Amino acid sequence: MLTYTIRRLLIAIPTLLFISLIIFLVVTLAPSDPTANLPLSIPSEVRAQIRESLGLNEPLLVRYLLWLRQFFVYEPLHILDQAFGWSLATDDMQRILSWQTRSPVADLIVQRMPQTLWVVGTSYIIGVLIALPIGIVSAYRQYSWFDQVGTFVSMAGFSVPTFFTGVLLIVIFSVQLGWFPSIYDTTHEVTDLASFWVQVKQMIMPVAVLALYNAAQISRFMRASMLDNLNQDYVRTARAKGLSEQVVVLVHVLRNSMIPVVTVIALGVPTVFGGAIITEQVFKVNGIGQLLIIAIQGGDVPTVQTLTFIFAVLIVLFNLVADVLYGLLDPRIRYD
Amino acid sequence: MTDMPVEETEIIRPPRNQWLDVWDQFKTHKGALMGAAFFVFILLAVTIGPLIWTIDPTYIDIRARNQGPSLGHPFGTDQLGRDTLARMLSGGQVSVAVGVAAMALSLVVGTFIGVLAGYFRRLDGILMRLTDLFLALPLLPLLLVIIMLFRDALRSAFGPEGGIFILIVGVIGITSWMQTARIVRGDVLALKEREFVLAARSIGTPSHRMITRHVLPNVLSPIMVSATLGIANAIITESALSFLGLGFPSDFPTWGRLLFDSTDYLQQYPERVIWPGLAISLTVLSVNYMGDGLRDALDPRIRGR
Repeated sequence: MLTYTIRRLLIAIPTLLFISLIIFLVVTLAPSDPTANLPLSIPSEVRAQIRESLGLNEPLLVRYLLWLRQFFVYEPLHILDQAFGWSLATDDMQRILSWQTRSPVADLIVQRMPQTLWVVGTSYIIGVLIALPIGIVSAYRQYSWFDQVGTFVSMAGFSVPTFFTGVLLIVIFSVQLGWFPSIYDTTHEVTDLASFWVQVKQMIMPVAVLALYNAAQISRFMRASMLDNLNQDYVRTARAKGLSEQVVVLVHVLRNSMIPVVTVIALGVPTVFGGAIITEQVFKVNGIGQLLIIAIQGGDVPTVQTLTFIFAVLIVLFNLVADVLYGLLDPRIRYD
Repeated sequence: MTDMPVEETEIIRPPRNQWLDVWDQFKTHKGALMGAAFFVFILLAVTIGPLIWTIDPTYIDIRARNQGPSLGHPFGTDQLGRDTLARMLSGGQVSVAVGVAAMALSLVVGTFIGVLAGYFRRLDGILMRLTDLFLALPLLPLLLVIIMLFRDALRSAFGPEGGIFILIVGVIGITSWMQTARIVRGDVLALKEREFVLAARSIGTPSHRMITRHVLPNVLSPIMVSATLGIANAIITESALSFLGLGFPSDFPTWGRLLFDSTDYLQQYPERVIWPGLAISLTVLSVNYMGDGLRDALDPRIRGR
């Protein structure tokens, strides 16, 4: 198992390098000019100097390698310095700077991360907590009215796009009923019970939208996996031994059914960050997704590259986690 | 003894067409049947609808702006007095066209790569690594970046509408073929071990004819299921891009763009977001149900049970 994990980690390195190359090429080869947004009164010589100072005249390969060194060596050193007060990084180690704000991209991400983690993380946990019982009951009472309703809701949950459910919730609960604010206020600080309640109120709608979407997908997997296991011989044996129905379903069947579901949950974590781009836009949460959109609209190449690559790292990482978990949980799977 | 002839006639039934069996199984899935009916309705609405409802979707009647539902404008009008029903119909045309075109592109790429990887052992490793790499790409961010960067270049090359259509269909198509490729590869690998393939090879059938005559017809069912799911995926992706303001322009709207434009008037005219949202959701829901029913109907283990 350990050798498998190490091998997978080693395979992940060329994968990530390849993805970084794709991201780099897409952004760099595009016919857009980072100086295009500057005032027209700047003379063309100065414009050329700006382009040179941004390193745009170097050959492609050099720029790619420089970017890699910046991303994998300089940035981590600077982040460690900031976190622990060390001084590993020297002054000539340039940081990745956002073209829009002139501040390091890492700082921007650190600023935006808590909002995304709060909203997206809560919604994912709630989604999983809703999905598991629904999947279990749906499978155990297959074709009952509960199963019919549950299957329909989960089908609707992943067919209806999050930007429509979000807007619909705003129309109903903010415009018509006036219960919740339609805009997420990031400057709000939780100090006492009343302000905590305000925080809960502004989180309810975005969390509900994402939780419904995640719960829809996971409950389908849970139901299918439970159905696969409920007809197995070991279930009949457990019943024949005289075990109570509760023990049979919630211990024997559930534990075996959870194996594929756990990996699906792990695989879903990075896609949640991607899905959150839209939800953050609907509810004006200024998280990672909104940072990406603003950066794309402003032609802010370093921020876009860094964020896209971080999403890629998350995907590769959680693929790895899912595969390793699968091997750990299911002794029948042997990778070696 | 007198019953014997009757039994015999029952045993030798005329052989049934496989697609009739599939249809019989498909009919038992009520959701799938309703989904198919609704999808046909949407297809008819967006193709024949504009011929019946002849108001020009781009006609601006500023004096009739922001109207509620009336006989002349059943869905009301927008902030420039354009008829919402006509805009919904023409928007649906684009949305469905993008969905079908992107699905077709991703099916062609996915089937091509899947068949090559499954059939030729030498290509298997490299093509599957490529598939894994594409699966690890952060698709939505990358789509946004590509569209933002290449939009203007393609617009000037193919015109404002054609350029964005080619771009969106292209990027959705080349980023959604991976599942099809994986499924097709698995099926081709299993098919290759069957006796009829061995028989065909033993009489000297060349590879290209093997693939077109023997392999492709047998992997048709997973491809059909991916096709339905691909339409749903493409419609959702396109409307998400349009919703983020990076899809089709406002004067050439799709359902996603109509929804995006309506959110500006959320406080005053909340009903305006309902129509495009409902159209996207119901279309995707019906296509997904169709895919579900098709998967059951095409699975010989479930069929006839």
